Amino acid sequence: MTDLTKLTLAEARDAVASRKISSVELTSAHLGAMEKARDLNAFVVETPEKALAMAKAADARVASGTAGPLEGLPLAIKDLYATEGVHMQACSHILDGFKPPYESTVTSQLWRDGAVMLGKLNMDEFAMGSSNETSYYGPVASPWLPPDWDEQKGRAALKGDKKGLLVPGGSSGGSASAVAAHLCLGATATDTGGSIRQPAAFTGTVGIKPTYGRCSRWGVAAFASSLDQAGPIARNVRDCAIMMRSMAGYDPKDSTSVNAPVPDYEAAVGASIKGKKIGIPKEYRIEGMPAEIEALWQKGIEWLRAAGAEIVDISLPYTKTALPAYYIVAPAEASSNLARYDGVRYGLRVPGKDIQSMYENTRAEGFGREVRRRIMIGTYVLSAGYYDAYYVRAQKIRTLIKRDFENAYQAGIDAILTPATPSAAFGIGEKGSADPVEMYLNDVFTVTVNMAGLPGLAVPGGLSSQGLPLGLQLIGRPFDEETLFSVAEVIEQSAGRIDLPKAWWA
Amino acid sequence: MSVDQATVRRIAHLARIAVREEEVAHLQQELNAILAFVEELNAIDVAGVEPMTSVIPMRLPLRVDEVTDQAGPEKITQNAPGAEDHFFTVPKVVE
Repeated sequence: MTDLTKLTLAEARDAVASRKISSVELTSAHLGAMEKARDLNAFVVETPEKALAMAKAADARVASGTAGPLEGLPLAIKDLYATEGVHMQACSHILDGFKPPYESTVTSQLWRDGAVMLGKLNMDEFAMGSSNETSYYGPVASPWLPPDWDEQKGRAALKGDKKGLLVPGGSSGGSASAVAAHLCLGATATDTGGSIRQPAAFTGTVGIKPTYGRCSRWGVAAFASSLDQAGPIARNVRDCAIMMRSMAGYDPKDSTSVNAPVPDYEAAVGASIKGKKIGIPKEYRIEGMPAEIEALWQKGIEWLRAAGAEIVDISLPYTKTALPAYYIVAPAEASSNLARYDGVRYGLRVPGKDIQSMYENTRAEGFGREVRRRIMIGTYVLSAGYYDAYYVRAQKIRTLIKRDFENAYQAGIDAILTPATPSAAFGIGEKGSADPVEMYLNDVFTVTVNMAGLPGLAVPGGLSSQGLPLGLQLIGRPFDEETLFSVAEVIEQSAGRIDLPKAWWA
Repeated sequence: MSVDQATVRRIAHLARIAVREEEVAHLQQELNAILAFVEELNAIDVAGVEPMTSVIPMRLPLRVDEVTDQAGPEKITQNAPGAEDHFFTVPKVVE
């Protein structure tokens, strides 16, 4: 039999539904691949027994004709999602031993539709990071070998401190790495400033951050509540669309969840984009951008034009303000959300001489450096005397950023095409050690989308001169994920499927 | 704007994060790097602009005021680092 981990999610779905393969076979193949790929550190917890039990139940449902749309398909879950009775720590030390007594809405919908859980995925601590290096469980390696490295050198580095291997991006680094390495058919992820799209771009996978309010945030550990959104990472556009349909939907437990019907996103894959107006924002042509990113963008424009789309130059003048404004809004919300981790109700407790010092010691030891830094910045910008100068000003700028997009959409633009990241993946240990801002610049093209609450999708556009994946980003109108899937499919078909690396780590 | 070391200590205390004396200078430098990065926002004219409160225009929904799916004390306290008889235990606060 062929290697079942090589199937796309759509192919696996059809094979299980037609009983060509069983979910137990499919799930076992993925559990085997995970075991061989442990050195990538993509998973923090594997749940093989649960997976096989779920697979058996799925096979029974297929046999009895009661299969759901994701019946028997093995998926992996970012550690930010609550999974009942199973490790959930947002890859932080401060949630040591936490096993939620409840299930997040998004994952419960995946299980409702028949999916199988393989385990929990590594990520940057509380989703704060762009390289998966802030995880308490250590960095994740990308399955892409650094240029000029041979497999032996890669394997040696995996056994050691992983320095020099490529980052999978972050914060959903485990999700992107596991999907690219064929350890799961698809993975859940979350995106606050680019945490789905940047890792997808770095690993040659497809990821979508839906419109704010499209997926429930209930049961997903909060980072910045007005920016956070759940979404899938998968190996192609269709697979992403299939997962989205199950993940999306109204949830009364999330007061920002939007009560609107969930379309059949898969039906949008392959739809014609003839006559669609695609905006090309000049502000995304940033200083110092590598020529190959510019060339990739140009190729994307040509592909869409060839498919009958109308290319329109547009201006989003406040683009440049998005990243600095984000580094006020996101830390401010984080400092408030993370106040709950105090050593009383769950997780780590470090004793002190009184309750105050117990809080302070617990939080000093429980949070990693990046998280402490962001909580402190957030605390500062919200503190008396600075609230108006920083936080209120940043929220006003956010209004301006959103207005830019509204103007473009009012002028008839259907979707906007930009590069996903300013570079290809970099090495573990390479960035941000001296100046945190160096790492933050990774999100320069993605963060605008969160600030405006819009949907954004990253799709591979080709390889860099060094052979590493590069992604294009599509930005859509609110709740028009369907157009993104249609346009992304054109890019995917035109670019040709990227050959993901073969399993040098196994 | 930039922060001095006294401010770093004050913020850390407000954030309930213990900092060791030898960490203060480094933290100051990191926080100031971030504050310098956001400094450019001061050049933006925001006169007459409403601050954003919600990216999607919607009213905060209210639910009926009634008991919903309560987890119960067992589940609520099961992850606590210190619990007794369904209560969270903490160091003595009132003498």
